[in-house]
Amino acid sequence: MDTDLAIRASGLTRVFDKKVAVDNVDLAIKQGEIYGFLGPNGAGKSTTIRMLVTLLSPTNGNAWVMGHSIHDDATKVRLSIGVALQDVALDEQQTGAELVRLQGRLYGLSSEEVSRRLAYLREIIDIGDALDRRIKTYSGGMKRRLDLAAALVHNPTVLFLDEPTAGLDPVSRMRVWEEIRKLNKELGVTIFLTTQYLEEADHLVDRVGIISQGRIVAEGTPAELKRKIGEDLVIIQTQNDVESVVAELRNVPKVGRIEARGKEIAIASADGSKIIGSVAVALHQAGIQVEQLTLRTPNLDDVFLEVTGNRMQKNNNHQGVKP
Amino acid sequence: MSKESSGYAIQARPAGFLHDLLSVAGRAVRAIPREPENLIPALLIPLFFFAVNVGALEGVSSFTGVTDYKAFQLPVAIIFAVTGVSRALALVTDITSGYFDRLLVSPINRWALLLGLMMADFALVLALSLPVLLLGLIVGVRFVTGILGVSVFLLLSGLWGLVYSGFPYAIALRTGNPAAVNTSFLLFLPFVFLTTVFLPMEALSGWLATFASYNPITYVLAGLRVLITDGWVIADLVYAFGAIVVVGSVSFSLAFTALRQRVKRN
Repeated sequence: MDTDLAIRASGLTRVFDKKVAVDNVDLAIKQGEIYGFLGPNGAGKSTTIRMLVTLLSPTNGNAWVMGHSIHDDATKVRLSIGVALQDVALDEQQTGAELVRLQGRLYGLSSEEVSRRLAYLREIIDIGDALDRRIKTYSGGMKRRLDLAAALVHNPTVLFLDEPTAGLDPVSRMRVWEEIRKLNKELGVTIFLTTQYLEEADHLVDRVGIISQGRIVAEGTPAELKRKIGEDLVIIQTQNDVESVVAELRNVPKVGRIEARGKEIAIASADGSKIIGSVAVALHQAGIQVEQLTLRTPNLDDVFLEVTGNRMQKNNNHQGVKP
Repeated sequence: MSKESSGYAIQARPAGFLHDLLSVAGRAVRAIPREPENLIPALLIPLFFFAVNVGALEGVSSFTGVTDYKAFQLPVAIIFAVTGVSRALALVTDITSGYFDRLLVSPINRWALLLGLMMADFALVLALSLPVLLLGLIVGVRFVTGILGVSVFLLLSGLWGLVYSGFPYAIALRTGNPAAVNTSFLLFLPFVFLTTVFLPMEALSGWLATFASYNPITYVLAGLRVLITDGWVIADLVYAFGAIVVVGSVSFSLAFTALRQRVKRN
């Protein structure tokens, strides 16, 4: 077994009542890496994470966290990991400090050790005096940060974050990103995070695995995945018959691969700035009514579209399809 | 802050069963005064029943051979005070909020998750017994068995409250539904009224006498009453503890089976 790996999964599968939620997933995540698991709702992200953190048994396959099997060494896995699940899991009757202290005690830390960790987490999670207040008085962002602090109190080597910024406003989201980066850079914590936000995966992770209908359909660094699409994309939106527009575009010099989906046409090109003028002129001369013509570099949504044939959530307010 | 001072070198390790138990119980005890709305009914209902029962029936009780009706009613008030008191609703909140999952991804001993709550409940039911007991003493109830008898009286009450808590915990773990947990107290009502709650066993007849003779609360009440009025009647005390063991074996079996199901990774 590769000792550099923080997380390894082999043929990980989970079936619920004949419905395959996670289908034969293989993972190899190095220590110190930030790995993003990207996919829309219901793709199998949370089920995968629940298996990796020992809350759920796989139907088939196995996974190892820091070399410990989730089947046979669940307690050792639990000692190695910190977990912040999708729903912020806090007891609102406790103060933040009480909750973190209780977490620390459950991981066998002495009072003195918990105090040291609490002082450190107060700083790194930027939650300040709020720790001494009852959790029910916290804002959503503060709860999310406290959840993160509780996941970190025992100094885990691997941190699992299930949609860590879901429901947060943009400012709180950026703060959580900063904290995740800090944990990774300063302490070398391996981070496995699931997200449905393309921007989050693009900005935060070293490598991304795209999951759709329970299967990993693409994996690599965000840059690698986007390179597979092409250097630039010229996007045309039109109400005209798309097939006739595509036919016109094939006559434009230096135009590469053309793909049409719905009323949108994407032209991949090594240098989009050199063709966009000719494309505009050709469409105008052909009498085609163009609603929008944009030039941009590919994003992970394009990758998702490429590998699954669908866009991620249309109402995804985190990602900008247009520049 | 340096890595060393941040506790960078700290290593997680299993805390051990006792440590886990005390951690869970400590959290539960801390929460009790923060939810006074759950405590007030547990305090007022027994005092209300004690006052109403004594006020309404004390005058006619002598016809049934009861000479001190306040002493006869004090165990009833105690049973009302301690029955159904549990952290089962808080457990449901933990399940629905995901906090229970947070505990499950820690290396905590799974049995401690429930036993810790029960430990806190035991402390709480003892505490809830005290004001009722105090009221009894104020209105003139005296224990012929003395201080030791009072201690056994509290122990019996506490144990009854503890074993009964198995039912709401079983429902909480099985359903994760607060409404279902609230019905567990309703289950108790027929048992507490179809027994010697108003009159002694000798005064009951027909189906009520038959039901009461199979009702474990009859024996718990008898055990509590002898400590006040008759002295150390070993047979009654053995039956009282026996009834608690029988109910406990049923309720705890249900509760721990439900816990096992809940923590199973299926």
